[in-house]
Amino acid sequence: MFDVFALGPTGWGDEMLMGALMTVLVSTSSLILGILIGIIFAFCKLSNIFALKIIANTYTTIIRGIPELLIIYLLFFGGSGAVMYIAKIFGYDGYIELNAFTIGTIAVGAISGAYSTEVIRGAVNSVHKGQFEAGKALGLNGYGLYGSVIFPQVARIALPGIGNVWQITLKDTALISVTGLVEIMRQSRIAAGSTHEPFIFYTAAIILYLIITRLSNILFDKAENTYSKGYVSKEAI
Amino acid sequence: MRYELMYESFFKIAEGVPLTIQLVIISTILGIFLAIAVALMRISGNKLMSAPAYYFVYLIRGTPLLLQLYFVYYGLSQFEFIRESILWIILKEPYWCGVITLTISTGAYSSEIIRGGILSVSKNHIEASGALGLSQVKTFLLITLPITVRQALPAYGNELILMVKATSLISIVTLMEITGIARTIISKTYAPVEIFLVAGSIYLVINFIIVMLVNLAERRLGIEKAT
Repeated sequence: MFDVFALGPTGWGDEMLMGALMTVLVSTSSLILGILIGIIFAFCKLSNIFALKIIANTYTTIIRGIPELLIIYLLFFGGSGAVMYIAKIFGYDGYIELNAFTIGTIAVGAISGAYSTEVIRGAVNSVHKGQFEAGKALGLNGYGLYGSVIFPQVARIALPGIGNVWQITLKDTALISVTGLVEIMRQSRIAAGSTHEPFIFYTAAIILYLIITRLSNILFDKAENTYSKGYVSKEAI
Repeated sequence: MRYELMYESFFKIAEGVPLTIQLVIISTILGIFLAIAVALMRISGNKLMSAPAYYFVYLIRGTPLLLQLYFVYYGLSQFEFIRESILWIILKEPYWCGVITLTISTGAYSSEIIRGGILSVSKNHIEASGALGLSQVKTFLLITLPITVRQALPAYGNELILMVKATSLISIVTLMEITGIARTIISKTYAPVEIFLVAGSIYLVINFIIVMLVNLAERRLGIEKAT
């Protein structure tokens, strides 16, 4: 029964592990893109400029109200067209095709960006006003204020939330399999199709996802501990 | 923008709305019973009951819905004995596989919401109802459940929206709901942006109506907004 998972050309073991690696890679790059989007839109939401607020609110409402699959279809069928359209403005007339990894990262990154926006906005909001004022009183502004005073505190508060976003992102990458990127989901479909043993391969896929979830939980717990060093929670006092 | 195409495809995509809503309603109703059962098992205090419930929730929350759907639709049908059993009447239909998957998924997620709601019921309420001579079942039905509903409703509204979004996956097992029809039109006309706008707006309207209904229910139950 377990022959099908042999490593090398006789079994699917190494292919499945490569699929797991691809899932981790595409999830990580999507999470990073999502956090960058999240930082930008969180500051849009917190800014006093009405237009920026509207743009950020529209973005989060649309992403959270529309199925992920539909967003992936939009980018899968329309992504290359959009890139070529932009390239045309800059004078490039050739044919550009985005690969499945890039499209997947952009699609899942856009989705996870909406969740990150809320997490980061909440974290920035929960930093005490006095911290901003104290920073300014010390003559810090711009990067100095945000980089060395606000960001470390935001990171600590946002970390558990980002952990949740990671779980969502990880699961959303399964949807990219419909665009042909060979990650766990796609790989187990291929293997199930060619061996006629879908039960075993989907069970293996479930186990792989659970392992990734478990390992990332451990990592996030460690990171939370590191970032909370020297911080005593109110309950502990 | 091809406005005429958008106008035409609106009516085609709208034909998928009843199926989407039907999937949401059936799986939500079935899912709530599952969720209450799982939540009660988890807080029962009996290891034999709480451990399976814990691992069930962990399993469902740790794996993608698409994988669960494939597992039910393709994975289970591998076995001869399932194909010959009475279960096959249900499992051969993509529709029922979709309903089963969605029910299990929402059951696991909402069990956590309900568990949080039940745990938030103050001990004093339970003791007071015991002092009034109410039985355990009556205490649960008359005291714990109403308070739980109030506590859990805002979070449950989010779960309903996630359910609407989750039904889109059922299109992958050949069911023609909103996303399924949208996908077919996109691959025929190659107008992804237009069709996305049409299908996306339909989803937004459905979700907006759900948010309104949940808000209405919250107001009737006297739940104050956190802000």
